[in-house]
Amino acid sequence: MSTFSAIGEQREVDRNEFTPGIEPQPTWCPGCGDFGVLKALKGAMADVDRNPDEVLLVTGIGCSGKLSSYFNSYGFHSIHGRSLPVARAAKLANPELEVVAAGGDGDGYGIGGNHFMHSARENHDIVYIVFNNEVFGLTKGQASPTSPKGHKSKTQPKGNAKDPVRPLSMALAAGASYVARTAAVNPNQAQEILVEAIEHDGFAHIDFLTQCPTWNKDARQYVPYVDVQDSEDYDFDVTDRREAAEMMHETEEALYEGTVLTGRYYRDENRKSYQQEKRAIGELPETPLAGRYFDEGAEWERSYDFLDRHR
Amino acid sequence: MTDDELIWRIAGGSGDGVDSTSQNFTKALMRSGLDVFTHRHYPSRIRGGHTYVEIRAADHPVKSRGDGYNFLLALGDSFARNPQDEAYYGVEEIKPLSENLDDLREGGVIIYDEGLLDIEEVEDFDERVEAHDWHVYPLDLRGLAKEHGREVMRNTAGVGATAALLEMDLDRIEELMEDAMSGEVLEQNLTILRESYETVTEEYEFTHDLRIPEGEHDEEQVLISGSHGIAYGAIDEGCRFIAGYPMTPWTDVFTIMSQNLPEIGGIHEQVEDEIAAAALAIGASHAGAKAMSGSSGGGFALMSEPLGLAEITETPLVLVEATRAGPSTGMPTKPEQGDIEHVLFTSQGDSNRVVFAPGDPAECYEVTRRAFQIAWDYQIPTIVVYDQKLSGEYRNVPASFFDREPNPSLGATLTEEELADAPHDPTGTFSRYRYDTENGVSPRSVPGQKDGHFLASGNEHNEQGHISEDPTNRVLQMDRRQQKLASIRTDLDEEGSLQTYYGPDDADYGIITFGSQQGTVEEAVERLNEGGQAVRALSVTELEPLPETEIVEFLDGVDEALVVEMNATGQLRGHIQRHLGTGGEKLTSLLKYNGNPFEPHEIVEGVELRLTGSADQPTAQTRIEPAAGD
Repeated sequence: MSTFSAIGEQREVDRNEFTPGIEPQPTWCPGCGDFGVLKALKGAMADVDRNPDEVLLVTGIGCSGKLSSYFNSYGFHSIHGRSLPVARAAKLANPELEVVAAGGDGDGYGIGGNHFMHSARENHDIVYIVFNNEVFGLTKGQASPTSPKGHKSKTQPKGNAKDPVRPLSMALAAGASYVARTAAVNPNQAQEILVEAIEHDGFAHIDFLTQCPTWNKDARQYVPYVDVQDSEDYDFDVTDRREAAEMMHETEEALYEGTVLTGRYYRDENRKSYQQEKRAIGELPETPLAGRYFDEGAEWERSYDFLDRHR
Repeated sequence: MTDDELIWRIAGGSGDGVDSTSQNFTKALMRSGLDVFTHRHYPSRIRGGHTYVEIRAADHPVKSRGDGYNFLLALGDSFARNPQDEAYYGVEEIKPLSENLDDLREGGVIIYDEGLLDIEEVEDFDERVEAHDWHVYPLDLRGLAKEHGREVMRNTAGVGATAALLEMDLDRIEELMEDAMSGEVLEQNLTILRESYETVTEEYEFTHDLRIPEGEHDEEQVLISGSHGIAYGAIDEGCRFIAGYPMTPWTDVFTIMSQNLPEIGGIHEQVEDEIAAAALAIGASHAGAKAMSGSSGGGFALMSEPLGLAEITETPLVLVEATRAGPSTGMPTKPEQGDIEHVLFTSQGDSNRVVFAPGDPAECYEVTRRAFQIAWDYQIPTIVVYDQKLSGEYRNVPASFFDREPNPSLGATLTEEELADAPHDPTGTFSRYRYDTENGVSPRSVPGQKDGHFLASGNEHNEQGHISEDPTNRVLQMDRRQQKLASIRTDLDEEGSLQTYYGPDDADYGIITFGSQQGTVEEAVERLNEGGQAVRALSVTELEPLPETEIVEFLDGVDEALVVEMNATGQLRGHIQRHLGTGGEKLTSLLKYNGNPFEPHEIVEGVELRLTGSADQPTAQTRIEPAAGD
């Protein structure tokens, strides 16, 4: 039994519980891929029967950051690039919470890239959704870390000289234990992948292709898409790091050549989550730290008891 | 200046164990009944380079490092560089002697390791010894250590020689060595200690007068640094989460917390950078833990944006800022008080935070406890600013000082029962940021509590936390957040000010200072009053919200006040003047920013110059600003 009564209620949860009662209509542009993430996340949370009071959704800044405004749960709309450290700590303070971090490709692979690398490396037991639309949308179309080489904008007047980052490969190299790519135009696959990510014990990274109909008109709407697990053209073992790495590389290349590959890319069920690692060496309490503050019978140590070393 | 006190300086190379040797010797002095105070000086270097620790011990309370010192133990530097001619850094091998002579008092005592230090290399050594009546005892400490143990044990030989020359009992030193070591290492060290003691006692004729002072404590004492004060204050307030990134001098607090937290059910996280560190503390606090983070100047700069996030989301948070000499990397291991403006104003928008500056290790404890109480009662970031000097400054404090109740309260946080009765919007979303409050504080829920969900947002938001740019809402939310500072000011005034006053009420000259210079100023005030002046000091602990009424009252009573601070631009003076308007013209700065803290005589000279109306500057290393006549 948790100290917090919303946790582990064990009741059926309806996806509509995640729709805010007031102003349920997001402000994203018509046709925006972000609607797809919202829909898939609501469906996934209902599929695993998590209720709004036991979910903490931490978002960054940009169109994607507004996800927490349109998803009815505990939310933390943080600052640009910093959703991961906020989310990690909340999970450490209360591992019973279902913690999801989300942000855009600039947020996660650019300004917050350091946190992405280290959160994956440490294998925190959280889900990280990156809305990848290959552009900075809210600031009007500048090249983002995933924009194709040659992308023109007011700040790249001669076209982007930089090659895009490789999000899946980066996640794998850094240590993520679940890596997938899905697309807003494929809501069923997205919801299934989100369910897997939520149920995975470790850092689950989802590169979520979300078309930007306003600032990335050149880009395809990510259709047609191919699910690498369903296609006969691809055959690899998602638990084999080398095969996964090769498939990721091919997928990243293919996107810029017009082929949208999606699916599960890597899964390591054997790697312990950071929470498990810390608990094993006595660095994480057995019961959630946050609960201790609400337990009237809790005993609190005091510094007076450590004075021997100062005598 | 009398020699009823010992100021022992142990000098050597970084990495040669000067710190641990001095720590044990300090404890021995404390256990013998003396009051102690330590000051450490070290380079930003792992191995080698001029380093020393000074221990002041007397039969009466000691509040500063004092002026100069009277006993030098000069050890070798194992890792000294062997420079080419005319190198910038000079001959490092002799620095344990050559760098320390300027501050040695008349009639002072020198022990040096003749096994490692060649006095022929030290310029005018014999002339200076004679001119200052120094008493020099060369001893082959290295040889002694090698003979009975290992070379690194020469520190122990030095301590034995020190004890002999001071006619100090070895019992307490041996006791402490037995606590810290065992087996062969202990046996060898004990032999070296005794051999050295006996050699000095038997072979040298003592020409100096200095002997160990005698003292007695009414109750048991413990040796505590400013960093311990902060860490222990946090623990006693129920803080069980810390996130950080190593940076001198903040690392001390981070280390103490990281070593203790696993034993008491807490969580410590060393993370990728300081942006993450502050964001983690916010995340943990949001989820219901009492959490802290901290850094020094450069790392704290990275915390600017998370700090603003804590302000607008009203997430309780305590940050500590251990100032070192800036700008940029500055002088990493040297103290300065140049980050007041940084800490008060960093981050975009109107700042909304509390800032406290404790003045000694015991105050570090008290002030940190208060910082946590305010942060959680008012849902506001509270910053404890201190510096490299206070961080590593050890003093004795009665053990009973720490014998008090812990306070794990989450302040203005609702229980689930309270939450059920709290206001929600018609759709069931908890009204986390209500307009109508008594003191500006709208109670919060934490994730996992039933019917408590809300959005915490760095965007301006409405009562349920949803992003809102409505002008009326904006003004209401901004005013409510700012109202918290007025409420905190009232609370602080009613519950007793954290400021420290020193000197007679009817003084006609004032000194204002803050933080680590408090004790030095108090010692200067004592001397000025003994010298016939009427001087009183105010050490400002509450930098924000500033105790304007107290400062005005203080200034009303004096003709003029000298603001003593370790920076080049008079940041405390500027901060006070910005708030005071009238009255501010009574303030003059006494500044020091050469990497060393003030010594009491420098403050005495500064005040005397002002009192005589002289336009002179006190010393090459301190500055009066604006200068007389400006």
